[in-house]
Amino acid sequence: MAEAVLKIFRGTSEGGATAEYRVPVAPGMVVLDALHHVQKHAAPDLAVRWNCKAGKCGSCSAEVNGRPRLTCKTRMDSLPQDQAITILPMKSFPVIKDLVTDVSWNYKVNKKIPPFTPRPGADWKFSQADIDRVQEFRKCIECFLCQNVCHVVRDHGKQEQFGGPRFFVRVAGLEMHPLDGLSRTKLLKDELGIGFCNITKCCTEVCPEGIHITDNAIIPLKERVVDDFYDPVLRLVRKIRGAGKAADH
Amino acid sequence: MASVGDARLADAPREAWWPQVLPVVLVLSAFGVYATFRAFEGAFYEWGPYLSPFYSPLIDAHHHYWPFSPALLILGGPLGFRVTCYYYRKAYYRAFFLDPPACSVAERPGRHYSGETKFPFILQNAHRYFLYLAVVFLAFLWHDAVRGFFFGDGMGVGVGSVVLLVNVILLTLYLFSCHSLRHLAGGKLDCFSCTTFGCPRHSTWRGLSVLNERHMLFAWLSLFSVGFADFYVRLVSSGAIRDPRLL
Amino acid sequence: MNGKYETHEHDVLIIGAGGAGLRAAIEALTQGARVAVVCKSLLGKAHTVMAEGGIAAAMANVDQADNWRVHFRDTMRGGKLLNNWRMAQIHAQEASDRVRELEQWGALFDRTEDGRILQRAFGGHTFKRLCHVGDRTGLEMIRTLQDRGVQMGFDVYMECAVTRLLKDGERIAGAFAYWRENGRFVVFKAKSVVLATGGIGKAWPITSNSWEYTGDGMALAYEAGADLMDMEFVQFHPTGMVWPPGVQGILVTEAVRGEGGTLRNRSGERFMERYDPRKMELSTRDVVARAIYTEVKEGRGTEHGGAFLDISHKPPEYVKRKLPSMYHQFLELADVDITKGPMEVGPTCHYMMGGVKVEAETAAASVAGLFAAGEAAAGLHGSNRLGGNSLSDLLVFGRIAGLAATEHAKKTAMPTIDAGQVEAAEREMLAPFERKGGESPYTVHADLQDTMQKLVGIFRTEDDLRSAMTQIAKLKERSQRLAVSGSRMFNPGWHLSRDLQAMLTVSEAVTRSALARRESRGAHSRIDYPNLDAAWGKQHNLIANRSGNMELRQTPVIDMPEELKLLVAEEKGAA
Repeated sequence: MAEAVLKIFRGTSEGGATAEYRVPVAPGMVVLDALHHVQKHAAPDLAVRWNCKAGKCGSCSAEVNGRPRLTCKTRMDSLPQDQAITILPMKSFPVIKDLVTDVSWNYKVNKKIPPFTPRPGADWKFSQADIDRVQEFRKCIECFLCQNVCHVVRDHGKQEQFGGPRFFVRVAGLEMHPLDGLSRTKLLKDELGIGFCNITKCCTEVCPEGIHITDNAIIPLKERVVDDFYDPVLRLVRKIRGAGKAADH
Repeated sequence: MASVGDARLADAPREAWWPQVLPVVLVLSAFGVYATFRAFEGAFYEWGPYLSPFYSPLIDAHHHYWPFSPALLILGGPLGFRVTCYYYRKAYYRAFFLDPPACSVAERPGRHYSGETKFPFILQNAHRYFLYLAVVFLAFLWHDAVRGFFFGDGMGVGVGSVVLLVNVILLTLYLFSCHSLRHLAGGKLDCFSCTTFGCPRHSTWRGLSVLNERHMLFAWLSLFSVGFADFYVRLVSSGAIRDPRLL
Repeated sequence: MNGKYETHEHDVLIIGAGGAGLRAAIEALTQGARVAVVCKSLLGKAHTVMAEGGIAAAMANVDQADNWRVHFRDTMRGGKLLNNWRMAQIHAQEASDRVRELEQWGALFDRTEDGRILQRAFGGHTFKRLCHVGDRTGLEMIRTLQDRGVQMGFDVYMECAVTRLLKDGERIAGAFAYWRENGRFVVFKAKSVVLATGGIGKAWPITSNSWEYTGDGMALAYEAGADLMDMEFVQFHPTGMVWPPGVQGILVTEAVRGEGGTLRNRSGERFMERYDPRKMELSTRDVVARAIYTEVKEGRGTEHGGAFLDISHKPPEYVKRKLPSMYHQFLELADVDITKGPMEVGPTCHYMMGGVKVEAETAAASVAGLFAAGEAAAGLHGSNRLGGNSLSDLLVFGRIAGLAATEHAKKTAMPTIDAGQVEAAEREMLAPFERKGGESPYTVHADLQDTMQKLVGIFRTEDDLRSAMTQIAKLKERSQRLAVSGSRMFNPGWHLSRDLQAMLTVSEAVTRSALARRESRGAHSRIDYPNLDAAWGKQHNLIANRSGNMELRQTPVIDMPEELKLLVAEEKGAA
């Protein structure tokens, strides 16, 4: 049986280094299987977050050979066999131990978002066409790979001023919900800092659910923010109509 | 934290970012140099029924009011459309600003970053106005393309006619795949089935969304085609080649 | 003990943050209780996210003839009448309201042409009844509940594992837990505790369940003196992935069959014709699982020991739209394009019908202040659960548990915590660090899984079950000698050493109950007693802790009112 060499980060917030482990490779094996093998045979205290091992819960995010991925969906045979496979914790979040990081920032951001608020008098009838695009956003499994890869968080550390792709996707799902009656454009502009996003699409590249984060969620939201805050003609129209709120929101 | 970061950095295989960035830098730079040269040249932009897209619409060709190249009067429109385009923004932020150079490659540390929240990049929000302008330009270019089939001796087809037609088709696809247009056409609605004209707007939005998925492709193809169309007109206009008549 | 442990005080403590736990929390909050949710993983990662097919509710959006009575009858018949009839009735009556409520909280189900919630066919259901979102209904449900709960403001203790329930005399007083992150201990003081901890699948190696499914809630209840019921009924889902080895057991949703998928053996025969010619692939799960198992055992299985499940006769776009995650799962993990060719599938340990014995109206267990809902509780599904009835179970009984737990809390004073119990719980947790050269929890776990797979699987015999009892006794001994290395910081080996105790308890309960039930009913198939037995049809097996020893006794099935008996008997065999 073929053998793979894994270089896994071992350490805590105090520091650490990668350690090497050898793992036999079985057909169809994924990186998470290899990590489990290491736990079973070499390092019983290797900290790894995982739940379903079927790509549905989004727990086992890590950086495999420098690329943010779900380890349960990364096939060993998709990686170069002739060199060691490096597995590091997500870079944008503080390490707790080994591959486990502190993702609590995401839960904090989530709390800032006003929930679904149905329009008064909604009759709860709407067509599939109305929700196709929202259902795409609702596929998100909160693996936080997009949050991790986004350079606004990763390199510029704008955690306080910026919401990150995951939460733009969530807001898009609420804003485009056919029955939602709130507008969250001010929140997007001021608190979630959508202007920091320079649409360089790394979030879309790493999304394991294949959500078109940039094109279908962030850019349409940027356009809605323009509608409400940057478009002088629309502003004038609103003034004339005497409506403080954009008609479609 | 610092030590953890270092350990992680030391062991992280570096994603090769040069090969991703280099083609963009080369093509955009080459286009920029060529377009600037052509814009200032102020000559060889017309031949027979052909008008270079860099010079369309042609304003004050005889320098009654404007002493410089007529291209300079109009190029701001299409240029602005491309500069504020959601696709090109991605391309040049990555390639020229290295913001970021590649997804898992760290940027130079300690650099101030304000994204599109401050001047000048906050002006990117004006993309839709360049879209409105681009529609006007596109109308002229279609007019030029059709005119390209009417020679002094009647209707015909030259290589130039085909070049101009292909160019305007690609430009149309580029424009119709625009994110702002998609938003205006229907993307801004929350509920298609409960809005007046919701259904046709949904169909339009759906159609534009299909094009939008290929916005990058159309952005590049139309960039090449517009450059080539101008180059072709320059070749025939300067007499370097003769325009072969096909029909 | 003041100051020695981090301590939190709440009216209602909910253990588990899946569908049942979150729904209970929302209800308790609505009723004005101070609520805490404790979960082993991050919020939103609970096993509910893996539910694919849909939520069963007789909304009659697609088949107008549907109503709660038919749903009730289907559920009772699916469970071979061993269900708690009152639970089945409440479930069938309330499921539709619970689904509508989800929609009002922002869930977006697939739609019918006229704009209502679309429903699909599923095994054992007479009508098209499953409200769904493609094949990711569970994710939609958990995200909706999670957002609702966060907005209402519950306290969530994430990555925190409860190891003991604490008692104040005969009533519940709270729970003892540790933070997975740093290994520190924490005491929760609460008037009511709701167990919403899910199932026990991790005691088997081939399972669709996540690592959290170690039977914690049932073991906690058992240790606290509550009765467990129907523990012999473990559902093997007929269709799990069988190849490649790493993905063995991962669920292939029943929706594949609901959308028209066919099952064939290696010679291309549609073998369900021989097992259930009327319902074919949409027969109940116990029947389909046994059919596939039998085909494989008799040499008609596929190359990797499964059956072929084929949906490729449907248009590729349709398959990708209705079964997107199945499409990606097979493409990415098994190199199979399900729009072009068949999948290989085989039975996988999926669901526990048994669990904590509860009252139908209140979800109350047999210890004062203790409640249980969802998979951790027993009763609704009888001897076999119908697909889609699980998600509705979570909503209906999660709500009831939250409501009853709050009511209980309102009329009870805050209990006092017994320092002795807390210290004993701490000692128990620290013991594995003090042993040198003991056994690895991973090895003992693997051996337990091996035992359960070989001896307590789909088909059971007296001999196998007896030898399983012997094996489990040995494993329990070995589990007293577990040793773990490393620190208390996020140490999975240590965590497993605790989860293993729970798995051993429930495994023993399953085996004991299975040994006692000398008949075949629903998910419990005895080769040596292949038929239904009328006498056993009137008995539940109960498991209880009698001063450290596991005791098995029987209790009669609660008698149904005449009108419901008639309803169940109606058109017998026609539906």
